[in-house]
Amino acid sequence: MKSYEEINAKIESKKAVVLTAEEVIDYVEKKGLEAAAKEVDVVTTATFGPMCSSGCFLNFGHSKPRIRITQAWIDDVEAYGGVAAADVYLGATQLRRNDPANLYYPGEFRYGGGYVIEKLVAGERLELHAVSYGTDDYPLRELRTWFTIKDLNQAIMVNPRNCYQNYNVAINCSDRTLHTYLGVLRPGMQNLTYSSAGQLSPLLNDPLYETIGVGTSVWLAGARGHVHSEGTQFASIAERGPNDVPMEGAGTLGLTANMKEMKPRYVRGISLIGYGVSLALGVGIPIPILGPHILKRTTVRDSEIFASVIDYSSDYPNRTGKVLCRLSYEELRKGEVVVSGKKVQVGSMSSYAMALEVASALRDEIKRGDFLLSKPYKRLPPSQSQKPLVIREKRK
Amino acid sequence: MSTKRMMLSFPKSETEKPIVYHLVKDYDLVINIFRAKVTPEEYGYLVLDVSGSDDNIKRGMDFVRTFNVEVDEAGVGVAWDAQRCTHCGSCLPHCPTKALRIVDPKTRVVGFFPSDCVECLACITYCPFGACSSLF
Repeated sequence: MKSYEEINAKIESKKAVVLTAEEVIDYVEKKGLEAAAKEVDVVTTATFGPMCSSGCFLNFGHSKPRIRITQAWIDDVEAYGGVAAADVYLGATQLRRNDPANLYYPGEFRYGGGYVIEKLVAGERLELHAVSYGTDDYPLRELRTWFTIKDLNQAIMVNPRNCYQNYNVAINCSDRTLHTYLGVLRPGMQNLTYSSAGQLSPLLNDPLYETIGVGTSVWLAGARGHVHSEGTQFASIAERGPNDVPMEGAGTLGLTANMKEMKPRYVRGISLIGYGVSLALGVGIPIPILGPHILKRTTVRDSEIFASVIDYSSDYPNRTGKVLCRLSYEELRKGEVVVSGKKVQVGSMSSYAMALEVASALRDEIKRGDFLLSKPYKRLPPSQSQKPLVIREKRK
Repeated sequence: MSTKRMMLSFPKSETEKPIVYHLVKDYDLVINIFRAKVTPEEYGYLVLDVSGSDDNIKRGMDFVRTFNVEVDEAGVGVAWDAQRCTHCGSCLPHCPTKALRIVDPKTRVVGFFPSDCVECLACITYCPFGACSSLF
């Protein structure tokens, strides 16, 4: 058994043995679990894909004269101003002012919060338009200026929900095309979409949250950040396989990091026709190999991870809970699967190639001694389910 | 017999002549048009595969050029931006000819093969990252 302190000491002396969650599979097979657990210090996991529940706090500093911002738009995308005089929160899925949305279905959603966040990280110059009602101490009532991330005091990404442990596979059993956050689903089950890095994905390598918890260091788009809380909709009570790996969404993580340290390659605005805008992020999470049991978890393969196929024409919108079938990521990655006796073309919203890149980048940073692990100070809730929103007819 | 992908750009005035007819009839070429916009008094384009003997293709294109039509022999009307592509694979089920496909099954990197593209433009509509675009 190793401790966090011992692993960090090895990282600092640049002697840590670090493998990606893909490399560790063959490594353990060759060396045997016990021997490998003595050698390997860290396994890096990663994912890259749309992470809707994301956004950032920005502090603009104070203008002369001062303004107490009540409403603000960055490149015509509204940032929430009900935080403080010069602080706003910009959400990834916020549409641009006057976007016709789905008025002309399917809406194109060419620009929005996720794109503004991408431009900020890329160092581009953006327009700020802010209004206020004016007070004695903050007399200015309107301003328009241009800024880059360098002009801001702080740009802190604070994401309520990232890194879904596993995710639905969306299919369309109806006779009309659907436009969803999992892409365009053609009628009659012509195609389906999954969204997970599978064997590389952080929480699939730590299915019962034995190392990833509140306070864990993460690599968020190139910046060193951490898990600030359980992610929203966190539901550790989920249907799980014999390896404890969930077959539905299950766990999520709330992540934060300094946007000024992020790399634009891993922060990308996305447009989903007929649905809206969002943000795709690259996240890497190191798993300390405290013992053979933790190592065993990281050797999970795509063939041992199953996702639930859900009909997005009726079962998903109406929350019926019906699952058409379950498919492993190994099957999904073949590009064609059979669902209810029909051949279906497979698409993905999550990028395995980028996840691999992130896992490798994090591995190299740890090997160089540039990224230390941190022991979580609180575990994620072990038995929690997701509550539905009840539509009540009366207050009492 | 060979097949070449061509992109013909028409100037504003040269749209009344039955150029494709002559390519078939006089130069014995098989024409497969993927995309075309040829409107009188407007700049137009034609993206097509031309099949025939190398000599006939060359003579055919020389004939086309006499109408002031620009011939781009590496012409593809769809551009794929390798920097914007994140290799997520959401395009894969929508590309009918697999011009967009996984290059390496291990790393799952996606590549674009212009010679297989029939310019249906589905990728432009469906790519969340805006990696694909049309030249016109």
